[in-house]
Amino acid sequence: MEILGHLLDGFLVAFEPLNLLLVVIGVAVGLFIGAMPGLGSVNGVAILLPMTFLVPPTSAVIFLAAIYYGAMYGGAISSIMLGIPGASTAVATTFDGRPMALKGLADKALIAAALASFFGGTISILLFTGFAPALAHVALDFGDPEIFALMLLAFATFVGLGGDDIPKTIFSICIGLVFSSVGMDIISGEPRLVFFDIIGFMHGINFLVLAIGIYGIGEMMWTIEVTRGNPKMSEAVVTVERTVSALRELLSTWKTALMGSVLGFFVGILPAAGATPGSLMAYGVAKMTSRKPEEFGKGEVAGVVAPEAANNAASTGAMLPMLTLGIPGSPTTAILLGGMVIWGLTPGPRLFLDETEFVWGLTASLYAANLFAVVINICFIPVFLWMLKMPFTVLAPIIFVLCLVGGYAPTQDMHDIWLMLGFGVGGYLLRKLDYPLAPAVLAIVLGPIAEPALRQSLMISNGDFSIFVTRPISGPITIIAIILIFLPVFQFIRKRSKKNAEAGSI
Amino acid sequence: MSTKRQFLKLGVALSLGLAAFGLTGVAEAWEPKKPIQFVIMAGKGGGADKMARLLQSVVEKNKWSSKPLSPINKPGGSGAEALVHLKNAKDPDHTIMVTLNSFYTTPMRQPKLGVDITKFTPVARMAEDTFLLWVNKDSGITNVDQFVAAAKKAGNNWIMAGTGKLQEDQLLTDFLNAAYGLNMKYIPYKGGGKVAKQLAGNHANSTVNNPSEQEGFYAAGTTVALAGFTDNRLEMFPDAPTFKELGKDFVYYMQRSVVGAPGMSADAAAYYKALFAKVFKSPEWAKYRKKKSLQGDLLQGDALMAYWKKERAIHRAMLKKMGAL
Repeated sequence: MEILGHLLDGFLVAFEPLNLLLVVIGVAVGLFIGAMPGLGSVNGVAILLPMTFLVPPTSAVIFLAAIYYGAMYGGAISSIMLGIPGASTAVATTFDGRPMALKGLADKALIAAALASFFGGTISILLFTGFAPALAHVALDFGDPEIFALMLLAFATFVGLGGDDIPKTIFSICIGLVFSSVGMDIISGEPRLVFFDIIGFMHGINFLVLAIGIYGIGEMMWTIEVTRGNPKMSEAVVTVERTVSALRELLSTWKTALMGSVLGFFVGILPAAGATPGSLMAYGVAKMTSRKPEEFGKGEVAGVVAPEAANNAASTGAMLPMLTLGIPGSPTTAILLGGMVIWGLTPGPRLFLDETEFVWGLTASLYAANLFAVVINICFIPVFLWMLKMPFTVLAPIIFVLCLVGGYAPTQDMHDIWLMLGFGVGGYLLRKLDYPLAPAVLAIVLGPIAEPALRQSLMISNGDFSIFVTRPISGPITIIAIILIFLPVFQFIRKRSKKNAEAGSI
Repeated sequence: MSTKRQFLKLGVALSLGLAAFGLTGVAEAWEPKKPIQFVIMAGKGGGADKMARLLQSVVEKNKWSSKPLSPINKPGGSGAEALVHLKNAKDPDHTIMVTLNSFYTTPMRQPKLGVDITKFTPVARMAEDTFLLWVNKDSGITNVDQFVAAAKKAGNNWIMAGTGKLQEDQLLTDFLNAAYGLNMKYIPYKGGGKVAKQLAGNHANSTVNNPSEQEGFYAAGTTVALAGFTDNRLEMFPDAPTFKELGKDFVYYMQRSVVGAPGMSADAAAYYKALFAKVFKSPEWAKYRKKKSLQGDLLQGDALMAYWKKERAIHRAMLKKMGAL
């Protein structure tokens, strides 16, 4: 009952004219960014975060959450129409969405994606409303050792679940950690890593500078190179009759949508997992449980419904650990987390007790954003299709200007602009060398939380590391984190020995 | 069309009139010609930031300045970045800053910056913030004697959480250790809010927070104020004696002042002095001072400079005693 009361208050906040307007604008902008090849929710949130310093924190997060949501919807559009995932979260949508478009069923695929997203969003927000306060109740029990254990877990999941090249992931984390330690060291009271005594390094390297550099400038350069400026489009016809028949067929996929939503939500909660693995897993499960698995990959509606329901559900799920524990569940929420710190809010167990208006305003606005996203999406399908035809050579400069303004706004320091351009070029080169960049952004956001917590814990324990395993909350978390870190190492060794054995048998 | 033309005529007449007014010369009429950069020597969301934004809102609400104050946070290097920014200000007439006690200690600790605070332009000391000694209610401690006994018994395992290294909170901890023969362990955190939460969650044994940092937990009955580092008892905490009353002659305050960039013209300085004197007298500021238990009268110009020199000497002596200089 208490929750309903809070939620009602939240709706009052969400429906303030300014906030409602921000939801609508955010969803529309997000849809468009998501629909652009190569740009996803991470890019949208990173580039537009500085704009939010103009409004109060609650409105700011509502705006960003709306962009996040919109981008999740929008990602499907370029997956289906261009065969290029709008973002990594929409990769699974291309598997069946693209074949449907090639068969001339693009409109059906788009509607399926929109409605599945809406379904996934709704289910996940209901789950969010139910779970968040329970997790928030551990509130004050989190001291430094517990916080460090959580941070360790976040890094571990990135290494363990990342699945990519593990040494490269660790390298990327290390780069982020080094950047995060530039500036004033709070424990010793001394400045450190102030390169060449440049005063601009005194305030440290703002995560936003790194994030915009990598996700704005670096990504844009990457997209220009890959698409050569003109991605390929397929045609679509939108009529009322076709829409109605599409809806009828969609009704039969409700079980798939439900499965995708629940699965996506819980995978989304896992730190660092995020929406991409969530949607891929949902696609896999949908195929396994389907009565006609052979149709998957050839244009099966359920193959669009499952990942789209899952990636929207996961995006809500990923907000839960970010708000309640201060651990971002995805790169996008890592950026939101950084934003909250700038707005003067402390994510973590206390947020639900200290900032009820913020938390419930955000929750309520998720309901609103979800509703607006589906309406705007369906109404604007023809517009998006037209806009996607705009040459990238027109869009790229617009994005570039947004990046520069965004990098300058928070500190009003040219130093940050140069740094950002450097990160853009560096990020582009690292990407060409197949380095995952999300871990670096994660590290620069979490580093300043993890490092002092580690050192403060060790000061409390007089340098004894057992403080992390002997306490009731930090103990289990630390152990899980260590197992996750070593899991890939074991797998690596096992694969090796297997290979050796095979080599021996030959 | 005609109304537009009339309007234009009116404008021309007005500006001519103004120019004439300016020529006949009322010297004090210096006005800002562009937005005033309002540097905040601390991060967003902290006490100093909230106060600075309140000052800004009072000025804007009452339309006391023809150009807006545009706040910008420069927390880097315990205020080093902000001090250097002011020192190198290209337009000193439009650059002012809200400052705290790191105004004295940071230039001492980082002599490489080459900042001499006596070159800065004193505008107004708006208040002095106070410090109290806090414990968690669960500890059962209700007075300083019990606190001393418990902390003595715990020795080095007694945790005092505070803001930053070799800043206000650590100076106070050092005083308590020396005055009562304690060996408390000082652990630095990034801000007063974080420190307050450590105490509320029983992760620290005591703190020396400002009232504004503990007010939430104090109101909820989670934390208890034992004694104040002030000259007189604070209205909000009538049961907490001062350390003076307890026989330890130690008072310590945190300045909340507005300072102008070095090289600011006398006319501009006079303008800002008058502006912040008006803010000081506003009902909004009075209410804020009362709510946050702020002390200290308005100090301006030479009186403020004298106060800075006195405080700087005190801080130098304290840091020397701690071996930090």
